[in-house]
Amino acid sequence: MKNSVLLGTLAFAGLAAAGASAATLDDVKARGTLNCGVTTGVPGFAEPDANGVWQGFDVAVCRAVAAAVLGDADAVTFVPTTGKTRFTALASGEIDMLARNTTWTFSRDTDLKFDFVGVNYYDGQGFMVPADLGVSSATELDGATVCIQTGTTTELNLADYFRVNGMSYEPVPIETGAEAVQQYLAGACDVYTTDRSALAAQRAGFENPDDSILLPEVVSKEPLGPLVRHGDSEWADIVRWTLNALISAEELGVTQANVEEMGSAAGDNPEVNRLLGTEGELGAMIGLDASWAKNAIAAVGNYGEVFDTNIGEGTAIGLARGLNAQYTDGGLIYSPPFR
Amino acid sequence: MTTMTDPPKAEGFRIGQLINDKRYRSYTFQFIALVLLILSFGWLINNAMNNPILQRVGIDFGFLSDPAGYDINQQPIEYTSQSSHLRAAIIGAINTLIVAFLACVTATIFGVIAGVLRLSNNWIISKLMAVYVEMFRNIPVLIWIIIIFTVAANTFPPIAEFRIPRDGSDAERGLLFGMFAATNQGVFIPRLVFESAGWLVIGTFLASIVGVFGLRRYARHKLYSEGRIVPVLWPSIALLIVPTVLMQLLLGSPVGVENPEMGRFRFEGGFLMRPSLIALWFALSIYTGAFIAENVRAGILAVSKGQTEAAAALGLRPGRVMSLVVLPQALRVIIPPLISQYLNITKNTSLAIAVGYMDLTGTLGGITLNQTGRALECVLLLMAFYLTFSLAISAIMNVYNNSVALKER
Repeated sequence: MKNSVLLGTLAFAGLAAAGASAATLDDVKARGTLNCGVTTGVPGFAEPDANGVWQGFDVAVCRAVAAAVLGDADAVTFVPTTGKTRFTALASGEIDMLARNTTWTFSRDTDLKFDFVGVNYYDGQGFMVPADLGVSSATELDGATVCIQTGTTTELNLADYFRVNGMSYEPVPIETGAEAVQQYLAGACDVYTTDRSALAAQRAGFENPDDSILLPEVVSKEPLGPLVRHGDSEWADIVRWTLNALISAEELGVTQANVEEMGSAAGDNPEVNRLLGTEGELGAMIGLDASWAKNAIAAVGNYGEVFDTNIGEGTAIGLARGLNAQYTDGGLIYSPPFR
Repeated sequence: MTTMTDPPKAEGFRIGQLINDKRYRSYTFQFIALVLLILSFGWLINNAMNNPILQRVGIDFGFLSDPAGYDINQQPIEYTSQSSHLRAAIIGAINTLIVAFLACVTATIFGVIAGVLRLSNNWIISKLMAVYVEMFRNIPVLIWIIIIFTVAANTFPPIAEFRIPRDGSDAERGLLFGMFAATNQGVFIPRLVFESAGWLVIGTFLASIVGVFGLRRYARHKLYSEGRIVPVLWPSIALLIVPTVLMQLLLGSPVGVENPEMGRFRFEGGFLMRPSLIALWFALSIYTGAFIAENVRAGILAVSKGQTEAAAALGLRPGRVMSLVVLPQALRVIIPPLISQYLNITKNTSLAIAVGYMDLTGTLGGITLNQTGRALECVLLLMAFYLTFSLAISAIMNVYNNSVALKER
């Protein structure tokens, strides 16, 4: 008797667990909010503003997905994660998706059982040093003390770079970017290394940004993008195509300002019509409303607008589009067609 | 009244007896507890087996032999980023033991001093010690670690001031005595370097230590059997120093000192005590020292005043009263809680990650876990390591405890 009750409970728990992993879309709809993992705070990418509202380049991806799925860009619960806690949070189902400048690597995609749905920022690892250190190239860093965020790919790239160049260094492992900056500014390490976008972002927040320089070397490829759990392809599709919708919108000239007008009735461009749901059944195919992409674009703007308002050259962070320009402008940002 | 003496009727066993009969009741409850325990463990294990992540990934310790790929700053044994994850874990384990050992030694010293001084008749000293104890044991050790680390990083002079400017002029600061430099990247101290004959010097020193123990044994024997007091302190110090120094001089200084020297960015050569090690060591010592002080005080107070008075009446000097009468009895009270303080230190070293000290939790439970994603395996290994350390410390300390425990004759 006791046994059967127990087995019943176990079976139920097992089913509940399996259910949680299978249909993320249903869970999100039932919950009414999207649980999105972000950083603990990188200016421009994900950081709460003075009113406690999360803002940033990665945050916009979360908001776009929430707008596409739930029709409300504010229906997001942001879960700050560190380099170490992010994968556990995603794997355990605590968050539905992770948008936290996470590098798409082979082992994360296969061995850790995640699905990267695309790339929203092409980055590379760089080095920041104080200008008065008198170093102009990373090859002069033999013997230096280097601050690194533990649990990231930068840690491994750093070890490889110094080994390949026959140089030694003293690693100072640090948990979060904020602590690393604190150590760097206190002079407890000579060099701070992480993705160049994050270096630029953090340097912009310094009291005297000109006292620090970024070295020219880019020692790795860091394609950063949102990711979801392995095994729920429908949900992965939703996140992937929401990101693609933002990218296509820029390519097709759909902006936050004109999306309402363009989406109100079918226009001349069939691809815009399909994207905004005035033609075809794309929404039904992905399991969402016909206006899913329109909602996402209306909430955060197209990819270019998201870039410009958060990290672009007009902001304090001042990143150029570079590799992150549309393919039509010589960049790598490219969305498959909406067809 | 005859009924009272009647033997109990030989009735058959009834189910109700399991609860009502004193003879069976304890078995019943033990059985129920056992079943509940087995069921709850079964539930936990079953839950883990049904876990969707685990079902996908499985349990596999093979990653331990893969190259770790990351560097570790404090390397007690040789290690490169191409060494295996297992070796990284072992480095972490050794680093854990290093800081645990250092902290146990200094915590004991702090604790004994503070505990004895807290009983001092001098009002200011005893109150100062009370403040120390109450302040340090009532604030979490993690906070102390971070405070000391921050203070060290911000008060020690920046290493840039020790660098030789590129125009070739003198650096702003030099080494203290040409040997020491306290910087915000750590404290650089000289290192001993051994030529091949250096081992003879070390051997002599070890033999001297054995000699000191022999001397103390002899002195105790003399005291107990003949009542003669043989001087111990100065002969011990002489025995420790003289033969080793003689050996060093005779063999032409095979044990040398390597001073740190300024390189391009930092000191090279010598030995570097990193801020993370200093912060962790100092914080653990001073925090646990406060607890040990209370143990010591309790131990001394547990020896009745009559003992002290009787010893004084026999004409013993206060120092001897303490060392021959009070402390041997107090130790019986002090040692058992001291063991748990040592275990606490060892386990609290896992807070090292807060300041980036690469202990076992930092390597195996931190970077390895995170880079391989093998959380369950890493955590199981972590538990095994810490359990082994703790049980080993317990075992060693229990041997010592038995040697000071009351021996009934």
